[in-house]
Amino acid sequence: MTPNLVYVVIVGVLFTAGIAMLLERSLTRVLMGMILLGNGVNLLILLGGHAGAPPIVGAAPGEEMADPLPQIMILTAIVITLGMTAFLLALAYRSSAMAGHDEVQDDVEDRRIMRLAETDQGSGTEDDR
Amino acid sequence: MNWLVPLPVVMPLIGTALTLMMARRPRAQRTVSLTVLTATVIVSAALLWFTTTEGSMVVTVGGWAAPLGIVLVADQLAALMLVVSSTMTVCVLVYSIGQGMADGHEETPLSVYHPTYLVLTAGVTNAFLAGDLFNLYVGFEILLVASYVLLTLGGTENRIRAGITYVVVSLLSSVIFLTAIGLIYAATGTLTMAHLVERLDELPDGLRLMLQGMLLLAFGIKAAVFPLSSWLPDSYPTAPAPVTAVFAGLLTKVGVYAIIRTETLLFPGGRAAVVLLILALLTMVVGILGAVAQSDIKRLLSFTLVSHIGYLLFGVGLTTQLGLASAIFYVVHHITIQTTLFLATGLIERRGGSTALDRLGGLARLSPVLAILFLVPALNLAGIPPFSGFIGKLGLVQAGAADGGVLAWLLIAGGLATSLLTLYAVARVWNLAFWRVPHPEMPRRGPLPRLMVGPTLALVALGAGLTVVAGPLFDIGDQAAGGLLERSGYVEAVFGGPR
Repeated sequence: MTPNLVYVVIVGVLFTAGIAMLLERSLTRVLMGMILLGNGVNLLILLGGHAGAPPIVGAAPGEEMADPLPQIMILTAIVITLGMTAFLLALAYRSSAMAGHDEVQDDVEDRRIMRLAETDQGSGTEDDR
Repeated sequence: MNWLVPLPVVMPLIGTALTLMMARRPRAQRTVSLTVLTATVIVSAALLWFTTTEGSMVVTVGGWAAPLGIVLVADQLAALMLVVSSTMTVCVLVYSIGQGMADGHEETPLSVYHPTYLVLTAGVTNAFLAGDLFNLYVGFEILLVASYVLLTLGGTENRIRAGITYVVVSLLSSVIFLTAIGLIYAATGTLTMAHLVERLDELPDGLRLMLQGMLLLAFGIKAAVFPLSSWLPDSYPTAPAPVTAVFAGLLTKVGVYAIIRTETLLFPGGRAAVVLLILALLTMVVGILGAVAQSDIKRLLSFTLVSHIGYLLFGVGLTTQLGLASAIFYVVHHITIQTTLFLATGLIERRGGSTALDRLGGLARLSPVLAILFLVPALNLAGIPPFSGFIGKLGLVQAGAADGGVLAWLLIAGGLATSLLTLYAVARVWNLAFWRVPHPEMPRRGPLPRLMVGPTLALVALGAGLTVVAGPLFDIGDQAAGGLLERSGYVEAVFGGPR
């Protein structure tokens, strides 16, 4: 496909929206961002090959055929994105079942060290001797 | 003997299917997984032998010649990585079987564990053998998806929390990698690495640099290179001990392998060398400072894992044969040692009831075997002579000194400081967990099942034994590095003759 401005802009919009969603704390929104990003990438890959007749031997002269490779790659990528979407949804569901929400949490130990740093203490282990 | 090449990928996948069918028969599952992984080790060893004596082996999948079809390439580097990684998977599998039996899970184990573990192995081997970028991506996805499942095994609250961070970060790196692949295909019209060698040279300089940067970014996240490393100490420690061990040993190293492969084969000339060296320095120093501050053994080891990725980048960034050879030697050493340490930590948790340093003590007297199992790899990690960690670091220091630049000397200084701080960090674990009087809340008699001690002991011996075979191993690394820098051998092997 010759790089067509409309497609390029769509890829750009999908990426921008995807990244903006990715920065959210709620896992469901992160997931939406991932889906948008995935679609953006797929469209980007499609732009890499050229369009034309179906790539079947004898259907058209070689130069007029579409490049099948990007389409194969997109198929693979779509399957992977689908699987990941299902897994992330399961994670979000499990998280909301366990913790009552699906927000991405800070690490427990990180929070502990942060609190210690605020009160300017050591990690405490040495004092127990 | 080319038919051997796909076996390390195919066998674990067949094993996956079999173990899935045997979901209700744990004993049969164990037999199948062990057989498959042992066979993978044997095939990998054979591949290493053949690639060393006869040169790279290539299989064109389905008979479609490159660059149209998919090629699997086993050169010395790939074969060496296969041998080390498959050995780790077998040892960790035995350990996890031992743990499952000791925990009384023999009748009701998680039936997804074995299939997922085999899928993880298949992903790792596929990434090592991939001869084109898209297949490398697929390899990464296979191992990542398996790792998501293993990390969130059981679905406890803590694992879900850690799993979310891990999954989102990994997905982001996959998206970046896939974007880079799309752009590379659009620019060159091929993804076979051997074909890209010539096609990429024809591209404008700026475009090449951008593609190189995107690949480095994607692999940097997977390899946990600072500043893209903060996800690792956050997520790894929550998983079960054997899972953490196999992740620590293999997953980041696949990222490093991808960096080595693309930086030498696709983007030679060291345009990113300065960036790599600076990142190496930061990774080493920031990682180890993080380790020093930790009060939990698993988290501490995760930080040393990040820190020592810096040594590997150091070797790659030097872009000399000696530097690469040392990096390859160091990868072998580091995979073995880091896996061993996490397995030993699993045993500490079992005996002492915790991995928090302020809840442990007196383990040296309570369990001398455990003390040896921890101390030997810990000293090895810190680079005490005569262990392999010392030899690897010595090689890197020599390569840095041969380079002679200001940055190289800075890295040597940083590397030595990191080595000292590693020693400090593990000595602190030793002092707090193995000396002192036992903590009152520690269990009186923690069992140490033989099936868990056995593989750990084997890996400790293997790690120490690396010193004995250091000469031949370094020669293999040197030859592999020579092949990487030369490039033409790889291209000729794929296309079946000079082009």
